[in-house]
Order: sequence, then structure tokens, then C-alpha cells
Amino acid sequence: MNASHSSFLSRLVLALRAAWRMLVDHEFASSVARLEQGESVPTGSSGAGQPKPTLRDTLPESALQLLALLQQEGRFVDFLEENVTTYSDAEIGGAARVVHEGCRKVIRDHLQIAPVRDEAEGIRLTLPAGFDATAVRLTGNVVGQPPFTGTLMHRGWRVTEIKLPKLAEGHNVQVLAPAEVEL
Amino acid sequence: MSEARFAIGIDLGTTHCVLAAVDLQASDLDEVVDWIEMIPQLTAPGAVEERPLLPSFLYLPHPDELRAEDRTLPWGEQPPFVVGELARNMGSRTPIRLVASAKSWLCHPGVDRRAAILPVEAPEEVQRVSPLQASMRYLEHLRTAWNLRHPDALMAEQDVVLTVPASFDPAARELTAEAAAAVGLGNHLVLLEEPQAALYHWILATRGQWRKQVRLGDIILVIDLGGGTTDLSLIAVTERDGSLELVRVAVGDHILLGGDNMDLALAHAVRAKLAGQGTQLDPWQLQGLTHGCRSAKEILLSDASVEAVPVVVPSRGSRLIGGTLRTELTRDEVARILIEGFFPAVEASARPATRARAALTKLGLPYAQDAAMPRHLAAFLGRQVEATRNLAGFENRLPENASFLHPTAVLFNGGVFKAHSLLDRTLGLLNNWLTAEGAPPARLLEGADLDLAVARGAAYYGYVRRGRGVRIRGGTAKSYYVGVESAMPAVPGMEPPIQGLCIAPFGMEEGTQAELPPQEVGLVVGEPVRFRFFGSSVRRVDQVGTVLEQWAPEELEELEEIEANLPAEDRQPGEVVPVRLHAAVTEVGTLRLEAVSRTGTETWKVEFDVRGEN
Repeated sequence: MNASHSSFLSRLVLALRAAWRMLVDHEFASSVARLEQGESVPTGSSGAGQPKPTLRDTLPESALQLLALLQQEGRFVDFLEENVTTYSDAEIGGAARVVHEGCRKVIRDHLQIAPVRDEAEGIRLTLPAGFDATAVRLTGNVVGQPPFTGTLMHRGWRVTEIKLPKLAEGHNVQVLAPAEVEL
Repeated sequence: MSEARFAIGIDLGTTHCVLAAVDLQASDLDEVVDWIEMIPQLTAPGAVEERPLLPSFLYLPHPDELRAEDRTLPWGEQPPFVVGELARNMGSRTPIRLVASAKSWLCHPGVDRRAAILPVEAPEEVQRVSPLQASMRYLEHLRTAWNLRHPDALMAEQDVVLTVPASFDPAARELTAEAAAAVGLGNHLVLLEEPQAALYHWILATRGQWRKQVRLGDIILVIDLGGGTTDLSLIAVTERDGSLELVRVAVGDHILLGGDNMDLALAHAVRAKLAGQGTQLDPWQLQGLTHGCRSAKEILLSDASVEAVPVVVPSRGSRLIGGTLRTELTRDEVARILIEGFFPAVEASARPATRARAALTKLGLPYAQDAAMPRHLAAFLGRQVEATRNLAGFENRLPENASFLHPTAVLFNGGVFKAHSLLDRTLGLLNNWLTAEGAPPARLLEGADLDLAVARGAAYYGYVRRGRGVRIRGGTAKSYYVGVESAMPAVPGMEPPIQGLCIAPFGMEEGTQAELPPQEVGLVVGEPVRFRFFGSSVRRVDQVGTVLEQWAPEELEELEEIEANLPAEDRQPGEVVPVRLHAAVTEVGTLRLEAVSRTGTETWKVEFDVRGEN
């Protein structure tokens, strides 16, 4: 694995983690928004008077809730936990229909997902100065000053609305799917 | 009228409930502000979500099955039962604790509707509920959900329009109104027939343009094929004072045949196919299969380029890939099972097959014995061939030799018709019948929102009732008769023949009273006296006091008996008091019967007997 590939992977992992945290953590999301709008986020070297940037643990509730929904409707956890190497593609394909249909329903029912850019992929577009660097990532020959002109490779996705079920006080979200015992 | 802020439409369906509203203050003429009210409900233990549909299911959990906090509703209650999506979900695994189709039980003449009989299959220890209580639970849920969101416009103070099947008999209508009153919705309640609600929704959706889409002399056939029932109505377009009017001229019989039957039929066919390959499905897997078949059916019937859709039955255990069964549903199978089974090409003279019911060894709903919807439709149109004969402007519309009433336009409603080819099929069959009798084909009135139209139309009706739009007239769709024994010498071994005494004519409007019949009947003081009771959807000209000596079997339908109780008070028990039976249609839309004493000063309520046959 070459260096640029692995760095892309690690950035992808970071992006996914950050995206997830933004969904579930308001504070984190607003920090990112500030960062992205060019406000300087205090760093450790920026002076004695500034508080140190801190990392904090997010509450796992929403993550577990979404995971439980994906399992309930789309058998997501069952699918990931199963060893796929022993099965034929046809068998995996059959199960994938269950997972795809169910998970898609969960996503459609609970999240409004819209493309970041409405233009067709492949089109040339110009990004003005001060563009939203979280929503648009520059790749390739990234030099010079904005406005930047380039080709839209991927439209991106953003969540415009998230609506998870309300949970009863005292509900144990760690149980993703209860064990079933038929009497 | 009251100062209600909203008109609320409630579709209390066999398989799901919908809540819609119109803002009366913000609406003006054809600019109607209306919406579907989201219904919060438990969707998993401890999880509440808002959905447009509330599945009409009630689950009665075991005390150890669900913790109290996992039953918490948004309004802070933890009732010992579950209503809605979670109820349906839990019931698919534990059917013995699930109450389903309460509405069909509400109009089942064979059982006591006030007795705790549901779920029928429940073991002894389950605290059963009555069909009436189940309906109350759904209404209570809808009311509380509304009140939570509109604390300054409580539902009890709004105009509430509750829909019922057009085919509901007077007893079932009264029970529905009783359920609404029991949860505090009796103040400004009106009942509306579901096919009419669908037509109101169509009118609403045309935004005032409906007058351009129908014309004088049109006969609109409304086919409402819901999850569990088929409901038919005919509405004529007439004229009064130069403007178009709508008159509902006929309604069909109560047919327990709906989309759920179709999905189940497909699932059984696929199950047989799997069994042929040596795979047996358990009941839980059949549920999954039914669900899969429903989606596959909708794809196959809406996209002609698809030949087969894979249907996957997930395993019950955690081994998803290893245990999943994969099969497919083909276009041919859907055509054979649905089209030939439920929508076969039949002549207009076809009639539903009926067979003598097997002895009632098991308590169950009286499902339609013939699954072929077109035969029920043909029977309805054939029976109603005279429906418009006496309507002004329609005298010569139908040719002399017409064997059935010729509709000129059709409005489809219900989730089944999301599969557009079933709609085309039905319309095509009807048009073949029309062509065979030299009549022009019927037009399709474009409906929308097939699942939600009834509730939205009902809310719109609440608005229309305030004089802000066209109202469908028509009144009661039946004339009513009590059975009286004819005065003739007793013949040993022969029951005295019975005569039908008309006490309520066809087409009584809400809030009107029938005349007093000249004939008297005798009530016995201190003892319940029962009368046989009949309704006719075809005898349109009988007036109060008309006595029928005999009738064709399809002319009069026997309904549940009615019962009068004369309290003793200042009379001798056993004394026979001559009374006359007086009918009225309440503002709510229910039929009310009273016994009136000879002097006219005393009246006693006559009840519908809803305790079943035994």
C-alpha cells in the first residue's frame, strides 16, 4: 500500500467519524462549522490566555439507536457479523436484498439526504473565495488562490434533516436486538 | 354552529387509521388549508416515532413481556396495552395476543359487539377486549395525540368527522358513534361514508375545478378497495337552481375482501412453490413472505418491463445469509393469482358464488366467499339498475334493456390501486360491459393519495358542512322495515308468515324524522320485546306504513333484531301496550328508533340488538 493511498484511507475514516459525530453531537458540529467558516479555533500554541482545545467523548445513544433500527429493519448487524467467505455470491446476494431494502427504508424514514452540489457530475464549476471547505473537498492540483475552477467528481451528500425515534427514559439502547425465545 | 377552529377527519380503518385536519379560519372557499396529522406511536419497545398511519392493531402484552417504561407514550402514560406499529409488529410474532380487524368485528352480526371476545384465539389468562373497546382504544390514541399537539384546540371541541363504510348497517354505525362518544368525541361528531369521503377528497384536489370535470347526468361509481373491505357507492350529478349537485343514490353490500387477501394469496402460492422444492415455512416466515410479496406485487404491476422480482424470506435466527430463502415472484404468477383470482374477466351478468356456510365450529369473520371483485361489482350494478329511475334529469338516461346501471365515471380509492394495472383492469372490464350494452365507456376520475384520501376528504367535509362547498346529498341508503306477524289463523307446524312494515323511507337526511306509521305493534310491560328488522337498498319508493306481504330474497336484507324494553313504572307487568315505531336520523348520522305510545306523550328507545345470534 503506498503512502498516498493509506493517507486517503485514513482521511476517509476521519471524515466518516467526523460526519457521524456531527450528526450526533451539536457542539462538535458547531465547532466544525466555525472552523470551516474560517474562524480560528484555538490551538495549544495560540497563547496562555486561551483554553486548551479538548476532545470529549460523545454519547453513544443516537449511534446505538440508529444501529438498532438498521438491525431491526435491515438485519444489518446480523449481516456484518456473519462470515461471508463460506457462502456463494448468490447466497450473499439474497441476503443483501434484505439488508439493502431494510437499511434503505431506515435511512429514507429517518434522514433527509440531499446532494451537496446539485450540478451533474463531470461538469466544470468555479468555487468562489470563502467556499465551504467541509462541504467541498479540493483534490489534485490544489495550488494558487480562489476562485478555483475544476471538475465535479462526486456530488457529495449532506443530511438536511434527522429524525430519530424518541426514547423512553430508562430504555437500554445497548440492546440492539433482543434475543427471541419462542414459548 | 360551535366555534371550532379545525375540522378533523378520522379514517378509522380496518387495517390503519389516518387523522387529517382543515384549518377553518385560515381556509377560504377553494383555498383550503389542510394536512395529514402525524401520529406518534410506539414503533419499538421504548421508542416513539411519528407516522402518518396508525396501524389498527391492539396488542395485549404479557405482564413480563414489556417493561412499563418501554410502553411510555409522548403524553406520559404507560397503558397496559400497545396500539399501532409496535402492536402489529409484536402481533406478527405472538398472534394470540393481537386484536386485528376490530372494525370488521364491529359489524359482525354473529357476535356480541360489547362482549370481551378479542383476540378470539387468546388463551384464558389474556384480558380480552370487545370490538367496541378496541375501536375506543384507537380513537383514544388519536384524540390524545391531537390534544398533545393542539393543547388550545382540544379534539372534543372541534368538528370531528368519523368515516364508516357505506355498507355499515345502522347497528354498526351506532356502535361507532358510541365508541367516539365514550372517548369524549360526541359533542360535534358526524359520521361520513368512506366512498363519499373519497369523492370529497377528489373535489378538494380539483381546487374548485370539479364542475368542469363532471356534467349533469353523470353517474360516478366509487370503488374503495381497502386493506380489508370493498366498499361501493354510486353518486349522480344532478342540478338544482342551475348549479350542479351530487346525490349518492346507492351503496353496496358489506364485502370483506381487500388488499390483504391478495397479498396473502400471493404468499401462499409462493409458499407452495417453496414446499415443492422441499422447504417448509413457519408462520413467522410466512409473515415475511407476505410482506415481500406485497412489494414484489407493486413492482410487477406498475412496471411492465419487469418479468420477475426476487422475494427473499429472511431467516429468523442471526445467521442471515445461511438461513435466508430466496425465491421469486414472476409476472405470470401475479397475473394468474391476482388477475384471474381477484379480477377475472366476467360478464356483467356474473354474480358472486355463494355456498352454504359450514357449521360455525369456529368463531371467525364472515369473509367474502367469492374473491372475484368484478362479480361483486356486477352484482351491485345489476341490483341498482333502477337507482336513478326516479331522479330528475335521469329518467331516460338508461336504455330500456339495460341489465345494469351504467356509470359514466369511476373514482378508485384504497391502497390496492397503487398497482395501476389493477385499476386499468377493473376499468377495462367495466367498459367491456358498457360497450356490450351500447353505452359509452366510463371516464377515470384521477384520484390521489390512495391511503390518505378518506381522512382528508372527511376533514374537508367538516369544512363543507359550514356551507363552503358542494355537499353530497342522499341521506340513508336503505329503507327500513320491522317484521310483524300477519294476522291469520295459526297452522300447526308452520310459522306465521311475516310482513315487512316500512318505518323509515329511503334517503332520510341527517337530522330528520320519519312520519309515524299508522300501524301499531304491541309491547309487553316489563319484558324485552324483539322484532325482526330488515333493510332494503333497492326499494326506493316505499313510504312509512307500507306493508310488504312478500319480497324477493335479494330485495330485503335481514339485519339484527331490534329490542324494546318497557319499564313497569305505573303499569302492570305483562300488560300489552300498543305503540307505534318512529324512526329518525340523528345529526350524527345514526338511525334512532323509538316506540311512541298511543297518546304520543310517552316514548321509549328501541335498541339494536348487537349481542349476536346466541
